[in-house]
Amino acid sequence: MAEPVHASPAHEEHHHEQSFWRKYIFSTDHKVIGVQYAVTGLAFLLFGFGLMMVMRWQLAYPDTPIPWLGSLLGENRVGANGSMLPDFYNELGAMHGTIMVFLGVVPLAVGGFGNFVMPLQLGAPDMAFPRINMISYWCLFMGGVTMFGSFFLPNGAAGNGWTSYSPLADTALNGQTAWLIGMIFLITSSLLGAINFITTAIQLRAPGMTWMRLPFFCWAQIVTAFLLLLAFPPLEAAGVLQLMDRVASTSFFIPEGLVIGGEVAEFSGGGSPLLWQHLFWFLAHPEVYVLILPAMGIVAEVIANNSRKPLWGYRSMVYSLIFLGFMSFIVWAHHMFITGMGSVMSTFFQTTTMIISIPSVIILSALFISLWGGSIRFNTAMLFALGFLPMFGIGGLTGLPLGLSAADIPLHDTYYVIGHFHYVVAPGTLFALFAGVYYWFPKVTGRKMNEFLGKLHFWPSLVFMNGVFFPMMIQGLNGVSRRLADGGITYDFAGEVAGLNRMMSVSAWCLAVAQIPFIINFFMSIRNGKKAGRNPWNSTTVEWLAPSPAPHGNFDQPIEVVRGPYEYSVPGSDKDYVPQAEPAST
Amino acid sequence: MSDHADLDKTVRTYILVFVALMVGTLVTVLAAELDVSVPLAITIGLFIATVKASLVACFFMHLIDEKRVIYWALALTGAFLVALVALPLLTSVIDQLGHFTSGGGAEPH
Amino acid sequence: MEIPYTVEAHPETGLNNGKIGIWLFLTSEVMLFGALFATFIMLRLGSDGQWAHMQEEAELNIPLATINTIVLIASSLTMVMAWASLMRGQLGRFKLFGWATVGCGGIFLVIKYFEYTAKFAHDHFPSSNTYLAIYFTMTGLHALHVIGGMAWNAYFTGPGSKLFHTNRQWLTDRVEHSGLFWHFVDLVWIFLFPVFYLL
Repeated sequence: MAEPVHASPAHEEHHHEQSFWRKYIFSTDHKVIGVQYAVTGLAFLLFGFGLMMVMRWQLAYPDTPIPWLGSLLGENRVGANGSMLPDFYNELGAMHGTIMVFLGVVPLAVGGFGNFVMPLQLGAPDMAFPRINMISYWCLFMGGVTMFGSFFLPNGAAGNGWTSYSPLADTALNGQTAWLIGMIFLITSSLLGAINFITTAIQLRAPGMTWMRLPFFCWAQIVTAFLLLLAFPPLEAAGVLQLMDRVASTSFFIPEGLVIGGEVAEFSGGGSPLLWQHLFWFLAHPEVYVLILPAMGIVAEVIANNSRKPLWGYRSMVYSLIFLGFMSFIVWAHHMFITGMGSVMSTFFQTTTMIISIPSVIILSALFISLWGGSIRFNTAMLFALGFLPMFGIGGLTGLPLGLSAADIPLHDTYYVIGHFHYVVAPGTLFALFAGVYYWFPKVTGRKMNEFLGKLHFWPSLVFMNGVFFPMMIQGLNGVSRRLADGGITYDFAGEVAGLNRMMSVSAWCLAVAQIPFIINFFMSIRNGKKAGRNPWNSTTVEWLAPSPAPHGNFDQPIEVVRGPYEYSVPGSDKDYVPQAEPAST
Repeated sequence: MSDHADLDKTVRTYILVFVALMVGTLVTVLAAELDVSVPLAITIGLFIATVKASLVACFFMHLIDEKRVIYWALALTGAFLVALVALPLLTSVIDQLGHFTSGGGAEPH
Repeated sequence: MEIPYTVEAHPETGLNNGKIGIWLFLTSEVMLFGALFATFIMLRLGSDGQWAHMQEEAELNIPLATINTIVLIASSLTMVMAWASLMRGQLGRFKLFGWATVGCGGIFLVIKYFEYTAKFAHDHFPSSNTYLAIYFTMTGLHALHVIGGMAWNAYFTGPGSKLFHTNRQWLTDRVEHSGLFWHFVDLVWIFLFPVFYLL
């Protein structure tokens, strides 16, 4: 009864030359979309970093005029002498967090690497739903435009923290409404992307690519996609409710008799501010794993390739990953220990939090052990991957005290927390993403990036990252609160550690300088890099069987996978790697 | 693919399910008129709604005879849905119980 | 370039891409409405016994909502009949049932419009209290889903049905998938109706 498959009209045009718009702007090719995501993500990372560098001026030199920018920012943002007003500081802080998480790391790690690499590693010709893939990118783009545009609103962008706690965010006069609309775009984008990723992984694996032959990176993307799929909708619901609070004056998150500026606010009341926290962290804790799992995936690929050894404990790593994804849904209230939820529930959440640290430790240990006895190639990608391991380790271990409610109560809302999660995401995830850029750049462009400039990028970055984030731990343990617009200089307890602010700020600006070699390298190598063949790193996984750069449709030969993903240094083999799939022609 | 005889049977099932849903709707409305306590009324109302929803899911959405991948996805969603509804609820309910069980150890609210 | 398993089923999973895609989408929808139902429960329990009072004051129109329930369930029946007609290869009957489904959606929205305006006329707004707030938010979001489902069905019944002549199986599958979404919207209403109007 089933009729033969006919080409749909949308697909026929691939047989002839595509216009510029269809090829590069509204493309349905997963590789072009991946590059679009990655470039957008990198641009927003730079922008979010820029916001932070302005903040760091205020922290290092409170209430002194901001150099160069002071006059450009307008009188809402800077005082008479050109120094930063507290509201502007809040705006920078909230938007730095939002942009780095939702417009920087997620688009690069999931949208960029996931889109570009995963179908290639699966041996698939494209994503399962190419047009939905395109729509997903343009939703992200609209979200980015909305967030960026909100800076130009009369009262500036949102300034209520990236967590947008109610009732502050419900009643603030700044661009919170634009923030919510932007978030709804970004959530839609992630949901469409997640559906696409999971369907692709289930349906489009090449013949012979069984689940246990899947590269670890693909596993990481699949688990990440499930997190996005099931954790984001509650935040979408919460966003809609907060939007209703702001636009239709409902009281979902507004308690009875809220007093603002000495007057009872005109709300019916009856809502629950804690409800926002629950719905927000129901997403935002899994979101932490959305940031970290793709990074682990990239690091696993780079380490296996450059240590010329199979990953140690591949199966345990995969099971840990799945367990980690599952557990990440029931730990969220460890962000809420100080809300007074009672000792019973605190105990529940600190127990699940301690349990979730186990699979992370398994994965990290397996990666460390994978290095043992390998003949390691210290190229730039490998350096960044190796940098990831201890940096993420510091981030993870400093998180343990925060998972115990007794230790969390004094540490919460201090710089210790900032130091902790930045170690996870900045020298952790960002290093892994840089490793990914250096590693897959030849597949995207057909050319390698420059090794010397790469090393010039890595070593200063490593030093200055620690220069920025380690002093935060010291400050936090001394009790310096986060979100103080003067860095705590006016508080007695900060006295002896307040001076560290200047060191951190200088480190941050030096960190910016250290990115210049990367930017030069990135653009220069597109045209002038050393030409790379199909498989410049002598890698085993399937993406390296495609031409570099790969054409629309990816492979010029049928792919049949015959073995596991990391067959390096197989005894008795004539070369030190055995590709996962032999081309059918040889 | 099912042939025509199977399809006829399926269509008959659809019509039966439709009739059952109509009856269910009627029963819900009538049951709400009963003079029972609020918890019992909620239980009855949600029970009927769940039966109706199951009919829609099983027969109109073909879940009664679906492939494994879809059952897995739904089971996963169900587990997280329970967490999403139950845990915030428990934090607000046990908070009040905590004052009795932990002898004032619970934080003031 | 062809994406594999767009129409034919994958040998391992027994499903085509669209079926998996739509079900994954529905799982996210379950979490979306689940979060809103959780909100509903939290607000109701946190209302200090005021809930019944707010509900009484709102005076929602039970007869209209009952008619709407019947309309929406009927539209689910016409939806599966539309799919069954395609399975039999009857394009005319498919279009009849397809437009009937879209029409039922339209009737639902018109009735909903009269319900809303009646509330507004009595100064019942989302800002009045938390009961009305969650009522308007959830039914409003549900109505948006009805509009989305109508558009989807209208496309496949109208211009999209040309696919019947070139790839009938694909059209049948697509209608099945849009039907899954439509039944889900019906399913949400089956809970919304007693939760807001009756309990």
